[in-house]
Amino acid sequence: MTLLGQFTLWAALLIALWTAGLAFFAPWQQRPALATSVTRGAYAACFALLVAAFALWRGIFTHDFNIEYVASYTARNLPEYYLITAFWAGQKGSLLFWVVVLSIFGALAQALTSQRHRDLLPYVAGVTSTVLVFFLGVMLFGDGANPFERLSFTPPDGRGLNPQLQNPGMIAHPPTLYLGYISITIPFAFAIAALLARRLDTGWIIAMRKWALASWLFLSIGITIGMWWAYVELGWGGVWAWDPVENASLHPWLTLTAFLHSVMIQEKRGMLKRWNVGLVIGTFLLSIFGTLITRSGAIASVHSFTQSDIGYFFLGFLLVSGILSFTLLYTRWPDLEPDAQLESLVSREAAFLFNNLALVGIAFSVLWGTLFPILSEAVQGTKITVGPAFFNRVNVPLGLFLLFLTGVGPLIAWRKASIANLRRQFIAPAVGALVTGTALFALGLRGFYPLMALALAAFALVTVAQEFGRGVRARMRLHNEHAVLALSRLIGRNRRRYGGYIVHVGIVCYFVAFTGMAFKTEKTVELNPLERTTICSPYGYDYTLTHQGVSQYAALNRQVSAATLDVVRDGVRVGTIKSEKRQHVDSFGNPTFEPSTEVGIRSNLREDLYVVYAGSPDGTERAQYKIVVNPLVAWFWIGGGVLALGGILAMWPGGPQIRTARHRIEPQAGYHVPLSAVAQR
Amino acid sequence: MKPGAKFAIGAAVIVGCVSLLIVEGVRQTGTYFLTPTQLVERVRTDSTFHDVGLKVSAKVVKGSIVRDRAAQRIDFKVSDGGAGFPVTYVGLVPDTFTDANDIDVVVEGKFGRDGVFHATDVIAKCGSRYEAVWEEPTKTLTQR
Repeated sequence: MTLLGQFTLWAALLIALWTAGLAFFAPWQQRPALATSVTRGAYAACFALLVAAFALWRGIFTHDFNIEYVASYTARNLPEYYLITAFWAGQKGSLLFWVVVLSIFGALAQALTSQRHRDLLPYVAGVTSTVLVFFLGVMLFGDGANPFERLSFTPPDGRGLNPQLQNPGMIAHPPTLYLGYISITIPFAFAIAALLARRLDTGWIIAMRKWALASWLFLSIGITIGMWWAYVELGWGGVWAWDPVENASLHPWLTLTAFLHSVMIQEKRGMLKRWNVGLVIGTFLLSIFGTLITRSGAIASVHSFTQSDIGYFFLGFLLVSGILSFTLLYTRWPDLEPDAQLESLVSREAAFLFNNLALVGIAFSVLWGTLFPILSEAVQGTKITVGPAFFNRVNVPLGLFLLFLTGVGPLIAWRKASIANLRRQFIAPAVGALVTGTALFALGLRGFYPLMALALAAFALVTVAQEFGRGVRARMRLHNEHAVLALSRLIGRNRRRYGGYIVHVGIVCYFVAFTGMAFKTEKTVELNPLERTTICSPYGYDYTLTHQGVSQYAALNRQVSAATLDVVRDGVRVGTIKSEKRQHVDSFGNPTFEPSTEVGIRSNLREDLYVVYAGSPDGTERAQYKIVVNPLVAWFWIGGGVLALGGILAMWPGGPQIRTARHRIEPQAGYHVPLSAVAQR
Repeated sequence: MKPGAKFAIGAAVIVGCVSLLIVEGVRQTGTYFLTPTQLVERVRTDSTFHDVGLKVSAKVVKGSIVRDRAAQRIDFKVSDGGAGFPVTYVGLVPDTFTDANDIDVVVEGKFGRDGVFHATDVIAKCGSRYEAVWEEPTKTLTQR
């Protein structure tokens, strides 16, 4: 199988080289057969890499421990579903996963893009193939980056998968995040293709818009699942630690969020063309930078792979692609003249511009903080690090500004908002924010930032509710429809717009959850069996926890010590909560890896009771516990679900809004028909 | 004034705020990240280093871990081969913090004038033995 794997990697490399060469240097504009050949090159590379993926999975599933990768990340007693995920558990396998997915996306971009953009497609294939050549080159020529390397002997059993990766979150988190990272290549490829072909009208934007949205959605979901995994598996009681690798996934997310907003200004008003191209290029470079951080070990992080020299490959690639892309953008500068100018500071254009600045500002500050150890060491000779305190200080005010704009953006008029428009749109949201803020203050909530955050959350939610309410009422009046039908048609016919609003609701949930994190309370205790401890939650509940003792037993691939607490809230028993210490063993019963912890969580919409069994140092049933009350954590996961729903809705293909010309220009009681919907035909 | 110019002012305000937040943030929350050798050297020349928060990356000296269970306190020594000093910490340490093998730690806290590092946080990095290179078993047999 490794022979097949090696062969297909080389074949894919040669095919990708050929495709890229043809796309950039052959006169396919004059000879359609050449263009077809480029497209087929993208399909062929995809096929070759699918075979390579099959080869590695086969090695994993047949327990071929002669393959170094299989021996390093799996074992005979590893549950089967983790055999699937072992594919991307290590550096080498995840590189293979990367190229496979990139080639699939590259092929899909060829297959799914409308023929109207065919003068872009060969260039798109050229860019995706070039990126593919780079990653395949790293695998084939980098040190220890090829998953098909064999050992000189066959070990009797593998080392098994790191227990922290044996968690359901880890099945979904890496691939989703990778899908986000990788799919950014496609919008980037369209941007470069448009620059090369000098086709710089909104055509390329329409061709890649859904790809950008898909990348954004994958990144969002991947990050959220990662937060969930950190919360349930790492046992420190939080979801986000501002670790370099976490930050690395946030950078492209932020710039892509900025792009999804500013692109509307380009579609509607023909402005910000240069900025948009710059954002797409920047997002791609940040995704490569994230890969560099994760894989090079240049910055210490708990999530990174083993240190290896492939970091230099990525650094080189980052520099070369950055220089080439921005040089290309510079040569096309005159072609990207804006069609219109900003007319007023009180307009949707301006709101979106500020939103872009805030998002890019956050991205920059996070990048600065992430790189600060390296920068300070280079400049001053002493390493200085910044931690969560820095990131919170900088980003909480910026985040609140952004939350405010989340409310303003959807309502304010294009071009120039009149006083009447402002009054009509903003009275209800402003009242909502004031009432919420006052009510929370009266209920005893203190602190400027939390009060602001929750008041602005109410502001943004009321704007969305008002938009839905007005849209539904307009339809009911115009078309005599029932409210439910009106709502579903309203969404169905303006999916992008109302999907976007639903995403805003999801984002507001995240803000609410982050605000809750400011009120977490925790304590560490050591308890004898039947000894009790109490902890007071931020809502004023008193939890009384009674240690029930420690039980020990063997499970599939581990020895488990489970400690149980009986939970009584304000005198009412609510159940038990169990946390485990696990020692994983190989199939001969020998311990593998360090012991790991399984936290116990009792969750509801208001707060989570979160218990970590930290061990029994003297070997008796006397147990050390860390007990945390985390308010509002559940809203992260709810927000993630809402966001995914809105994103999928906005992306859903086809639909009645583009069925006939008559439908497209159907008047919507003061609701603009997006120009893009017309332009799409 | 033209809207473009107004926007430029608004943009400048935002950029200025971001820069100010970053500079102030670094100034007030930045922490030195040193090796024991660097720290001992620094402290000798500049005693204010006793008063600022620091992070030190080092190895735990094997066999030096003493746990005081009643006070939940852990004392141990760290070293980077060149210099070293004792560390004291109250709280829970991660699973990977054991005497079993060489462990790398990052301790955060203050280096007191008593020569003891008073840690507020201890992060243990995973032992590297699982990433060890595969070695052919026959080789080790013949060596014996």
